[in-house]
Amino acid sequence: MQQKYLIFIGVVVLAVLAGNFAYPDYFNKGADFLNQKFNLSIPHFWTKSFIFGLDLQGGVNLAYQADLNNVTDKSGAMQGLRDVIERRVNLFGVTEPVVQIQGQDRLIVELPGITNVQDAIRMIGETPYLEFLEQRTEAETQQIIDKIREVQEVQEKNEDISKVTDWQLVLQNPYFKPTELTGKYLSKVNVVFDQTTYKPQIEIIFNKEGEKLFEQITEKNIQKPLAIFLDGASIVDTSGDGKIDAQDLYAPIVQDKITGGRAVITGDMSTQKANEITRRLNSGALPVKIGNPISQQTVGPTLGTVSLQKSLLAGIYGLLAVVLFMILIYRLPGVLASIALVIYVAVTLSLFKFIPVTLSLAGIGGFILSIGMAVDANILIFARMKEEIKQGKGLSLATEEGFKRAWPSIRDSNFNSLIVCAILFIFSTSFIKGFALTLSVGILVSMFSAIFITRILLLIFVGPKLEKFKWLL
Amino acid sequence: MNFNFTKYSIIYYILFAVLIIGSVLALLIFGLKFGIEFTGGSNMEINFLEKRPANEEIIKSLLSFNLGEIIVQPTGEKGAILKFKGIDEAAHQQIILKLSELSKVEEKSFEYIGPSIGQELKQKTILSIFLALLAITLYIAFAFRKVSRPIASWKYGIASLIALFHDILIPLGVFAVLGRFYNVEITIPIIAALLTILGFSVHDTIVIFDRIRENILRRGMGRFEETVNWSLNQTLGRSISTVFTTLLVLFSIFFFGGQTLKYFSLALIIGIASGVYSSIFIASPLLVSWYKFDEKKSV
Repeated sequence: MQQKYLIFIGVVVLAVLAGNFAYPDYFNKGADFLNQKFNLSIPHFWTKSFIFGLDLQGGVNLAYQADLNNVTDKSGAMQGLRDVIERRVNLFGVTEPVVQIQGQDRLIVELPGITNVQDAIRMIGETPYLEFLEQRTEAETQQIIDKIREVQEVQEKNEDISKVTDWQLVLQNPYFKPTELTGKYLSKVNVVFDQTTYKPQIEIIFNKEGEKLFEQITEKNIQKPLAIFLDGASIVDTSGDGKIDAQDLYAPIVQDKITGGRAVITGDMSTQKANEITRRLNSGALPVKIGNPISQQTVGPTLGTVSLQKSLLAGIYGLLAVVLFMILIYRLPGVLASIALVIYVAVTLSLFKFIPVTLSLAGIGGFILSIGMAVDANILIFARMKEEIKQGKGLSLATEEGFKRAWPSIRDSNFNSLIVCAILFIFSTSFIKGFALTLSVGILVSMFSAIFITRILLLIFVGPKLEKFKWLL
Repeated sequence: MNFNFTKYSIIYYILFAVLIIGSVLALLIFGLKFGIEFTGGSNMEINFLEKRPANEEIIKSLLSFNLGEIIVQPTGEKGAILKFKGIDEAAHQQIILKLSELSKVEEKSFEYIGPSIGQELKQKTILSIFLALLAITLYIAFAFRKVSRPIASWKYGIASLIALFHDILIPLGVFAVLGRFYNVEITIPIIAALLTILGFSVHDTIVIFDRIRENILRRGMGRFEETVNWSLNQTLGRSISTVFTTLLVLFSIFFFGGQTLKYFSLALIIGIASGVYSSIFIASPLLVSWYKFDEKKSV
């Protein structure tokens, strides 16, 4: 008997935590109020926000089909492509862009809150451009730096910069200038490991024309750096700030004139870094064409907000209607089931935050549907209970029996819904995935809530004391 | 109260046949109107900030873009949904500019689906419906494996499968009619709804069959028809309550949930309503009829 009180306390604690996690505003306001009044320092509740899908926050979803016809290492090529697109997408400055590979040759790009879709599509669709740059002479560098200063001065005076002679010079990198060597002269790049030190190295193999070019360039640049750029910026982030900008420069030093078309980049780097550089070199060497998107979904920010409000409203009305129905039909157990249902909503929402589940409109639809379905388990239990009471069993026994007999049906029918949810995942469409995910989380939590929450509430509140008030049941 | 459900089996079967034939006819005559997810094309939802021009005016202004057939559906007070063939982003931007010449336009959403995706989605839809039906039938046969008398466990599976076909066909029939007269399309959300119906309406059937199984174990195998009736009466209250609570939330989505979820919830409402009919009035009476048929044969 002690055990049931322990579980009950557990349920109460869970309910309080889940409720505050799902909606921390009240707790935080209360904490602020107490802190002010009594000079305390109660911390705010752990705040984590819901992640909303593009259809609720606005943005664009693009799907691309990569042309992998001439590629042997398809998965490597796709990873390289994702990498390159990710670099470009990060330039748009949108929060949490998503670039992911779907299936074998699909690439999905999601850009929340972006306004200029046309530019985004153009930039994503460009072929990656890999180039090798050599160091400028000091005189050249000085000339460009002077020019930059000159143009800045003109700009400060709000004058037209095209008046400055050769103003286009400022667009160039002051320290490096392009060589003829570009991605198209590479045939393959691999990560290899040093025979003695086991350190990762990058092996670059050039094709016939590249071999000659590379020989000339290395001959000219012995003991000088050779910078590698992808899409006009450093191939990797070398400053370690997580973004690629003018601060970054990846420029191995040429040790000697290299003949035979095979070069090895050595140096202290992790295998991970070596893999990253190799992937990007390959994506520039054998560019995978993706062209225009095969599908595009753009949702304006206003539509997203309206959809969110409407679906939340639908959820609240639905929940209220179910609670009302349950209390009218089942009286005391109905009240208990409604409490269980509210806890169910709090726990499920907390899980959505915690996992986190990206909530799309469909996901919210699935969740609202699961509210209606979650009551089913309770109804099954109550119906059984009533039958047992009719047969003359005491309340406590009837509760236990009712639960035990209802359980196989609850399990079987929910299991079927879970099967369907699993099948829904065959569709890679985000609408269906979101729906199936929230529905299955909902179903699992509802089974948990039937076993623990409703049962414990019944065991605690429906006891011998209630024998006199049987009309409540 | 103990209602003799199976006594009127013939009436249920007739209604069942009428509904099925009606749906099949609707599907054959009207066909389904598939959304651009399946056919490929563009779908653009806009809002005119001042005044919505007439449909013909909108179509006329877009003729120069060579968009194939242009469908304009007015929505709300100043909104419109435009549907036309697939276009690239540059053309899309030009169309917005062109429309703004008529009256200032705010774009709410734009969707473009290439033809290859449509084909793929159709295949996936068929595959997933087939898999769901198969998995559910197998599961029921498995769950009832211990009950092989007086009715073999696979017969429970078949009976629920027939009920499931009914639950899928009826919403499809309704959507064929809606598509013909109200331009309602079969979209991805509706496919999701149909698959959910499969899972949900088999709930009811399972609960009833579970009860039949339990009663057979308790009361022995004799008087199968009586056992089925007894079980139906016991589960009726629960069936009604469950379906009612689910319908409550679905109607709430239908009325308040906004445009995208409207037909999604409608499909679920129709499917779940037909689900409760089929599990009470079709699946269980079928078991009894089958049992009687087998008995006659063995005599």
